[in-house]
Amino acid sequence: MIKNILYGILLLALISCPFVITNYWVFLLTEVLIMAIFATSFNLLLGYTGLVSFGQAAYYAVGAYTAALLIKNFSTSLWMTLAGGILSSLLVALVIGFFCVRLNRLYFSMLTMAFASMIFAIIFKWRSLTGGDDGISAIARPPLGLLGWEIPLNNPKVYYFFVLFLAGISIWIMKRIVESPLGYLLQANRDNSKRAEFIGIPIRSFRLIAFVIAGLFAGLAGSLYALLAGFVSPEIAFWAKSGDPVMMSLIGGFHSFFGPTLGAAIYTLLKDFIAIKTDNWILYLGIVLLVIVLVLPEGVLGAWKKWQMKRASKQWQKES
Amino acid sequence: MDFSIIVSIFLMGLASAMLLFLISSGLTLVFGVLGIVNFAHGSLYMLGAYLAYSSTLLLNPMLGSFWLALTTSTIVVAVIGLLIERFLLKHIYKTDHIYQLLLTFSLVMIIDGLVKMIWGLDPKSFSEPAFLSGSLSVLGRPFPAYAIFIILAGIVLSLLLWAFLSKTRFGRFIRAASADRDMTNALGINVAFIFTAVFTLGSWLAALGGVLAGPLRVTSPDMGSTIIIESFAVVVIGGLGSLPGAFIGSLLIGLLDAFGIFYLPRFSMAFTYILMALVLISKPTGLFGTEEN
Repeated sequence: MIKNILYGILLLALISCPFVITNYWVFLLTEVLIMAIFATSFNLLLGYTGLVSFGQAAYYAVGAYTAALLIKNFSTSLWMTLAGGILSSLLVALVIGFFCVRLNRLYFSMLTMAFASMIFAIIFKWRSLTGGDDGISAIARPPLGLLGWEIPLNNPKVYYFFVLFLAGISIWIMKRIVESPLGYLLQANRDNSKRAEFIGIPIRSFRLIAFVIAGLFAGLAGSLYALLAGFVSPEIAFWAKSGDPVMMSLIGGFHSFFGPTLGAAIYTLLKDFIAIKTDNWILYLGIVLLVIVLVLPEGVLGAWKKWQMKRASKQWQKES
Repeated sequence: MDFSIIVSIFLMGLASAMLLFLISSGLTLVFGVLGIVNFAHGSLYMLGAYLAYSSTLLLNPMLGSFWLALTTSTIVVAVIGLLIERFLLKHIYKTDHIYQLLLTFSLVMIIDGLVKMIWGLDPKSFSEPAFLSGSLSVLGRPFPAYAIFIILAGIVLSLLLWAFLSKTRFGRFIRAASADRDMTNALGINVAFIFTAVFTLGSWLAALGGVLAGPLRVTSPDMGSTIIIESFAVVVIGGLGSLPGAFIGSLLIGLLDAFGIFYLPRFSMAFTYILMALVLISKPTGLFGTEEN
């Protein structure tokens, strides 16, 4: 009950805030929403399937580059651009995932990283297509075609609402997935994959499904980011980028569904806050992360839940 | 194709393989004993190179400045490694490996940030000692003497490392801790001390790799993140925690890279990862790896 009211307030705040804040903050909040899709999709693997992928930047970058190339070369409509970004990352995740889901734990992480490095090498070296290390710039946002209407998205506030809508739908779909029988099968793999296999669950297939779903939402996030920034560069495919969703999930807490979303907000805002103060944001962000790992190893939401449980048990002791 | 060109490429590949082995041997030792995938290993390598650069600047007028720089900068990095293990890693051995990953990841950010703050973004370079600066004739073709030196140094260091681990008492303790941490501890061997020693040794090796790589390559703020991914590939190909595996992996990648750049420069970057993926798909534990633990 209280939870629903809180979600309602949050949604209301997200809808109304563009009317009171500056475009700079609108841009930043749009980025938070995109990162929330990215981090939540990653957490389908980490938190629900028990697989630590260290190559999610690959699908993010494939989505972003596909969107950029479609607009640049074919001037596609908005829906076609996003569909292209999602479809391409889905296919890439399907091929890579086919090999990766056979491995466990660290070996899985390493193989996802190897494939992601390959994608990075391709983007970096295929100059004629991707522009190499120059990237692709001046990507124009196509207008949103809706029931015969054409709504231009050039205004950052309008684009914010579009991203808010898509992020809401994506996160809702992912929540439905983890609460569905499929979600429980994934959690069975996380908790005890041997036992799950013994009782006849084809765990590889389900891992692959989770991997592909995570990949396609990462691709959607990448496409939305390409449209937001109007610019893509190989940096978004570099291995350090794959660390972003890992950090967001850990900061927020990967045992809760909304942990990664909270983590995405904290991480993105923190990064921006530090970047305003100093060029050397990477140093200070590193220090903050270090403190978080040592002090809040369960993430913010995890620490909050623990504190609540402690309080409840104290109250219970008092009463009895 | 002229045979002497192939020999030159082979020797160049061998030199980079030896550098790669210095770095990945530390990485694989730390993983084998401490069970930690140290992302910051590449940053320690970079730190070694930058410290050597600054030391050679300070010591420029003196003779033998390269060797002095090599000694001081590797010792400084080893001490930094010791402090990292004592004050940070110690707290997270019992946690899930994803926290360890995140901790070393934050160290990467901190060290990279510090390097950018102190030395800036421009690439730096320092030169090899004077007597190694010329070139030798290999089958009538000039070849840098320094690269030959790297090959020899790499071979000597691998032998020393092997002798240390297999012939000395402390080396046996290290291998015991790597095989079964709890049992080693129960037998009365100070495992906490072994952890510190191994991490310090690993940091020293990384820094040594950085200093030796300095005259051959440029010292730049992205050298750490480039080398770490290559070392991961080496360690995964050879088998996590296996020293002979790291040696074979380094040779494979060093040579593959050298010939790849010569014959198919457009695809050169991808070869390493293709090899890594092929090994992981066909034998997930790597060429010399034992079963997962």
